[in-house]
Amino acid sequence: MNAAILKVKGITKVFPGVKALDNVSFDIRPGEVHALVGENGAGKSTLMKVLAGLHKPDGGEIIYQGEPIQVAGPLDARQKGILLIHQELSLSPELSVAENIYLGAWPTNRFGVLKKRELRRDASRALEALGCGFGPDVRVGTLSVAMQQMVEIARAEAFSANVVIFDEPTASLTDNEKDQLFQTIRGLKARGVGIVYISHKMDEIFDITDRITVLRDGQVQGTVETQDTGLNQVTRMMIGRTLDAYFVKAKEMFGAKVLSVDGLSKNGQFSDVSFSVREGEVLGLYGLVGAGRSELVEAIFGVRRADAGTIFWKGAPIELPTPRQAIDMGMALVPESRKEQGLVLMMGGRENTSLPHLKQFSEMAVMSRSKELATYEKYQSALAIKTTGPDQAMSQLSGGNQQKFVLAKWLCAEPKLIILDEPTRGIDVGSKSAIHELIAELAEKGLAVIVISSEMPEVLGVSHRVLTMSEGAVVAEFKGDDMTEENLIDAVSHHRGSDAA
Amino acid sequence: MSHTMDSRPNRALSAALSWLLRNHIWVFLALTVVVFSVASPYFLTVHNIGNILTQGAFIGILAIGMTMVMIDGEIDLSVGAILALASALAIGLQDHMGVWPAICLGLLSGAALGFVNGTLVALSGMHSFVVTLGALIGIRGLVFVYTGENALMVQDFSYTEIPEIYIGPISITAIIFFAMALFFQWVLSSTRHGRETYAVGDNIEAAHGAGINVKRHKIINFTICGTLAAVCGILLSMRLGTAEPNAGKVWELWTIIAVVLGGIRLQGGFGSMWMTIGGVLTLAVLRNGLRLLNTPNYVELMVMGAVLVLALVLDKLLNHGGDER
Repeated sequence: MNAAILKVKGITKVFPGVKALDNVSFDIRPGEVHALVGENGAGKSTLMKVLAGLHKPDGGEIIYQGEPIQVAGPLDARQKGILLIHQELSLSPELSVAENIYLGAWPTNRFGVLKKRELRRDASRALEALGCGFGPDVRVGTLSVAMQQMVEIARAEAFSANVVIFDEPTASLTDNEKDQLFQTIRGLKARGVGIVYISHKMDEIFDITDRITVLRDGQVQGTVETQDTGLNQVTRMMIGRTLDAYFVKAKEMFGAKVLSVDGLSKNGQFSDVSFSVREGEVLGLYGLVGAGRSELVEAIFGVRRADAGTIFWKGAPIELPTPRQAIDMGMALVPESRKEQGLVLMMGGRENTSLPHLKQFSEMAVMSRSKELATYEKYQSALAIKTTGPDQAMSQLSGGNQQKFVLAKWLCAEPKLIILDEPTRGIDVGSKSAIHELIAELAEKGLAVIVISSEMPEVLGVSHRVLTMSEGAVVAEFKGDDMTEENLIDAVSHHRGSDAA
Repeated sequence: MSHTMDSRPNRALSAALSWLLRNHIWVFLALTVVVFSVASPYFLTVHNIGNILTQGAFIGILAIGMTMVMIDGEIDLSVGAILALASALAIGLQDHMGVWPAICLGLLSGAALGFVNGTLVALSGMHSFVVTLGALIGIRGLVFVYTGENALMVQDFSYTEIPEIYIGPISITAIIFFAMALFFQWVLSSTRHGRETYAVGDNIEAAHGAGINVKRHKIINFTICGTLAAVCGILLSMRLGTAEPNAGKVWELWTIIAVVLGGIRLQGGFGSMWMTIGGVLTLAVLRNGLRLLNTPNYVELMVMGAVLVLALVLDKLLNHGGDER
């Protein structure tokens, strides 16, 4: 029981500019479910990709069944008995279940002709062992997500895996499907398979795992026995950071209420959320990943459609808006993934800034270059953006400067309310404090600002008031002297504790 | 989760229906056959059907290779030019080395050009549309250089007798087409290479993650496509007795039309030779039928364009419920 089946010793992985894994060690025993937790960017996925042969480590060693091994690639890992079940399923929808289970490792004769009967037979056996309700001939594209996941798990049977790694397996499952998955995991466990379970959902982790290893900023914070620990401790290990930056807070000059929401709900994402924000106020929205923060603001902005609740704009109730209506009213949402949603990387600052407001910048559908340039110059100097010129492609700029252009883009519509989702994720420290100063400036000019962040010092540093969210609900509100790290951690973890009990 | 047990004939019926839903081009084909049979007394005769099969076989052979490449999610625009080069080599080299070695060299030229296409696509990361567009122009230029801008004539007339072999009303050309279509259908459904083709076209990340050598795989399929283009070119030169430098011009487009008409999608991961055969025959029937009715050439083009769009709308409605954005 105690002899580890897989040991990771001092693994280090460096990406340009980031140390994704820093001397990471942990081990997996046969028949245990070992949780790997940490905030986004902590290095969980990188570590798993190293184990599954998708990344080559820059240092350290992997000891498997007592011997050091090199994992040459994904197929090699699978054949050795280490199986990664991806967050995004890695299946071919047009192929059959049997063909997917053995994807790339189909049984063939010397001439590459498939041994179809053998393929079907072995696949059926794996499916039966798992108690799947579908046969090997079904096209994978016609299966539900949960069933597709079972197809991936069936690979564990088919390749007699000794280590199975689940990366956020319940992300798109219903409660029923989740229960079935847990039964399957317990089945694997009973047969001595070592399981790594990566998840953001704490109740699941306390439900199914035996040990928990916490990663933060690429380093192991510690490994604990699940039964000897509590949510509070794990949460603390995950997010306890040191205050390493100086924050500017806007002067408190609050005006009228700009936005209020009352009882806003969306099934499975957030429920019964009510709050308001005033002119000149910075409202922080804190919670761990998966708490429903982004979903909430997307619903306010109209990217998602809420099921119930009312939104008030400047005191009057409005219909749930579309994004266009939200923009026209004076809302701006700066999304988290700026590369996907915020910027056209091939274009320069001039074109990106005018992109959401093409009407303003054109006459009879012809773009006015001079207007564009004037606006570009205004924001480029106001936000101190470093570029070589108005047409330098976004892709050549640093993350911090890109983020400033995202802000410029929304600011030039002169919004009344600006929502910033993780405004400083992935940008360097210098740019971070520039963004923080900017937030304060905007608020002092009378804008209402909502800041979503997973970084506790940032939320505490820039906000006048903080709402904490957990599992889709606003669980607490802190002002003034109550705004401390301790209180925020308690709010986020206690709620989860009562939920899991 | 228990499957409801259908009674056997019901299940056979639903299997047949779902086959027709995926291969709806065959319904379309049947429809066009009925329409032309009514419209022209000459259409539904053994002789005419034999003609249709022979005429369709040339685009058909190109379409087989194109299908392999398109299921991979790629495209090959150079097949018309490869065809012209192979036919020119097969005829031009006969005087120096005899018929069969010349044919072999023609085939080899197609394989080599397909290999180059595939290598460029796989190693450079450029899209195959761009790579083979370049090949289309470059190879055509090569043909003009080799032929000196003149049609090459056959000297050894045993060469032109080969396509005169018939089994019943069916020409050797048509038989070669069907035999190869069936062979590659078998490759797709029963070999490792076939599974790889679907896997690569469907979800290239998953295929790569599963340890499939995606690059080598794509090179093989482009080589197949080039070789088949050469086969088509040689058969064409046998039938015509000449190799024209302009042979096969815009045939790459007709080939893509036939394949797409069959229901194969440009984004890859999906399709079969049954679909391709259906598309090829439908195209051949339309051409033949419209000519029997003495339709002017431009009307013929308009009708074919309309049919193509109609077939694609039908595909969208039948197979996606029309709900895709």
